Amino acid sequence: MSTNMTQPSETLSPIFGRLSLDWIPYHEPILIGTFAGVALGGLLVLGLMTYFRLWVPLWKNWITTVDHKKIGIMYMVLGFIMMVRGFADALMMRAQQAMAAGGAEGYLPPHHFDQVFTAHGVIMIFFVAMAFVTGIMNYVMPLQIGARDVAFPFLNNFSFWMTVAGALLVNISLFIGEFARVGWLAFPPLSGSAFSHGPGVDYYLWALQIAGVGTTLSGINLIATILKMRAPGMKMMDMPIFAWTSLITNVLIVISFPVLTATLALLTLDRYLGFHFFTNDFGGNAMMYINLIWIWGHPEVYILIIPCFGVFSEIVSTFSGKPIFGYKTMVWATACIMVLSFVVWLHHFFTMGSGANVNTFFGITTMIIAVPTGVKIFNWLFTMYKGRVRLEVPMLWTIGFLITFTIGGMTGVLLAVPPVDFQLHNTLFLIAHFHNVIIGGVVFAVYAAVTYWWPKAFGFKLSEKWGRRSFWFWFVGFYFAFMPLYALGLMGATRRVNMYPDAGWQPYFIVAAFGAFLILLGIVCTFINFYVSIMNRKALACGNDPWDGRTLEWATQSPPAPYNFPQEIHVRGREEFWRMKQEGFAWSKDYAPIHMPKGTATGALLAAGALVFGFAMVWYIWWLAIASFLGMLIIGIGHTFNYNRDYYIPVDEVAETEAKGALA
Amino acid sequence: MSPLDATRTPASGAGHAVTDHDHGGHHASPTPIGFWIYLMSDCIIFGALFATYAVLGYGYAGGPGPKDLFEPGFVAVETALLLFSSITFGLAMLQADKGKRDGTLMWLAVTGVLGLGFIAMEVYEFRHLVHIGAGPDRSAFLSAFFALVGTHGLHVTAGTIWLVTLMVQIGMHGLIGANMRRLGTLSMFWHFLDLIWIGVFSFVYLVRLV
Repeated sequence: MSTNMTQPSETLSPIFGRLSLDWIPYHEPILIGTFAGVALGGLLVLGLMTYFRLWVPLWKNWITTVDHKKIGIMYMVLGFIMMVRGFADALMMRAQQAMAAGGAEGYLPPHHFDQVFTAHGVIMIFFVAMAFVTGIMNYVMPLQIGARDVAFPFLNNFSFWMTVAGALLVNISLFIGEFARVGWLAFPPLSGSAFSHGPGVDYYLWALQIAGVGTTLSGINLIATILKMRAPGMKMMDMPIFAWTSLITNVLIVISFPVLTATLALLTLDRYLGFHFFTNDFGGNAMMYINLIWIWGHPEVYILIIPCFGVFSEIVSTFSGKPIFGYKTMVWATACIMVLSFVVWLHHFFTMGSGANVNTFFGITTMIIAVPTGVKIFNWLFTMYKGRVRLEVPMLWTIGFLITFTIGGMTGVLLAVPPVDFQLHNTLFLIAHFHNVIIGGVVFAVYAAVTYWWPKAFGFKLSEKWGRRSFWFWFVGFYFAFMPLYALGLMGATRRVNMYPDAGWQPYFIVAAFGAFLILLGIVCTFINFYVSIMNRKALACGNDPWDGRTLEWATQSPPAPYNFPQEIHVRGREEFWRMKQEGFAWSKDYAPIHMPKGTATGALLAAGALVFGFAMVWYIWWLAIASFLGMLIIGIGHTFNYNRDYYIPVDEVAETEAKGALA
Repeated sequence: MSPLDATRTPASGAGHAVTDHDHGGHHASPTPIGFWIYLMSDCIIFGALFATYAVLGYGYAGGPGPKDLFEPGFVAVETALLLFSSITFGLAMLQADKGKRDGTLMWLAVTGVLGLGFIAMEVYEFRHLVHIGAGPDRSAFLSAFFALVGTHGLHVTAGTIWLVTLMVQIGMHGLIGANMRRLGTLSMFWHFLDLIWIGVFSFVYLVRLV
């Protein structure tokens, strides 16, 4: 098929490695158009920033910040930017498949289509969903446990910039070279050097490896924060459910991401140094990769959804005006899911041929996960039962989630039955299932969380009108986009095909494309919402506690001061802020100097080094790889010679900050 | 070197001698627990590599196997170097607890020399294997061997760089609180690598030789 897509000839230049002008895709109009758009947009942003003199504030207040709140917001910005990129890929696929029926070829050649679906999966999981949940945990969790910051503020900054470096590497591949054409998990032997010789898979490997460092370190950081930084008196069983789900998510991250690191490193060794882990010859075994990657991959989907369960728990409780129903069962159900998520990975490849006994074991463990998840669903329903439910926008997303996620969960249990899975493996039924739980679970939760905690972060609410519009477009759009895929999957349509012979499938694909268009409108409404609300921020301004919240983040100012709380809160039990409000709480005027960590550029510099290193490795520019690695080593070691990393905010400054807008 | 160094705990002795008004009273330094969690994540990387060796370690592809390649005496000396380096690190910690800077530095230097000896032996072994045509590209068995043992070796190398850095810092500032914390975490790292090596020694070499 790909006639004019032959790989540029491979000659290694000592200066540019295998990078040559042939790798710039100037013959592809779609990419040139995208590049022109990105370049113009980028220049516009640069120009405006220079005009408004924003470079110094950007550097001082954001890039070098170690404040968990600002880092959390930056994760959300990254998530939204990458969502636009990932969603553009989705629209391209939907348009292609709506056209390419019964012999028609559509507009995307396989070479390009394969990059699009790979990039879509990689971006949506690693740089959208992960960025969002990490951002929400970063922003909210320390506030909920009454902490000043995370346990390791510098590490937090470093983790964020490593994630950005990984995201940048993926985007660079759009305009220099190519991205992988192997699916989002890059199964060998296809992803090995024998079948994927170009730089695409190497972009994939280095981008994920660099971002993975950030994710793992962030996981360690947030666990240590929950274990060590809780406000005095707050026992583990006093923590808000979201803090619990953050803890469990980060435990999953710390246990599973090292497996991803090791697995990708082994594939890298296969590709770069001729090792034989996953090759077809010399004793290698590709199924070893499939096992390892899913030992990470299955916990990964729980890493995405568990914090979202926490988000919905907070929202249901707040907007029902009741404590969460079954707090302890909620915690234990989450802990059960944590354990079970490590004993189900084989259900991703029942068709491997492990035999009936092995498949039965993994089928049953998979179905068992529905039990603790069901406990949670009922807890949310019972929280609403006899509550004074306020149907504000976050609650709309929550109800949308309860309906959609339950459907997605049930199709998951269907897929857990091995004989059924043999029929549906790698079909669009599977695609429909996991979008059903990821959109219905993670995306809805992110939207709910953004609406719910936006007033805390910025001091004003988002527009209700645009929030509702966004919800309805997403909700209806989801069903139009993915219900046809269930049907297509049952009819035997496989995933990752850029054209299909059966013209009878085309109407379903057209409906799905229409659904994707509705979702596009939902996304547009979101950005309009941000714009309209920021413009009307005076009218939308709200107090510190706009939703009548129950947890500690609502006790402090909106937006919170850099130190979060002017005094330490002595916690006496669950929902401490609710208790404080009943008692007519006010901060005392007796302030003390507050100990704070200083900002540092080290994290951003190290991540910049990692980005250069990754790029150099992708293109075999060995001198640059060595130079950037040494640079990172020197910057990293140099940082340890700085012992002067903290300062005190004097009493006057605390008093002044609090006087400007302390809790009424 | 340690990215896990807390910026939040006051670096006592360096700069200001302000009493901690706010945090230290309630929160002990999160560094030890954070470093423990990091070590456990590292342990899982090794777990994945051990599992790979277990699965692929018999894929000789017609090439040499463990009995053709491994020298028990050589590995025993390597192991002894690393185990003794753990003892000498322990002695350095004892000196540090007594506040004796020179004694600490002396035992750290001995530890570093033993670590370098271990790395030198491993590099020699790897070179030798590649030279006789038993490099990592020869078979899945050798790929798994080089990846597992090499990853451990890279960790020892990183630990040695950290050790030298910390010796310089102890030389500059003495055994202040921040340096003691770093010494404690490096000590955990060093013993952890010893523990991993015991696994490598038993599982990669010993079991496959009998």
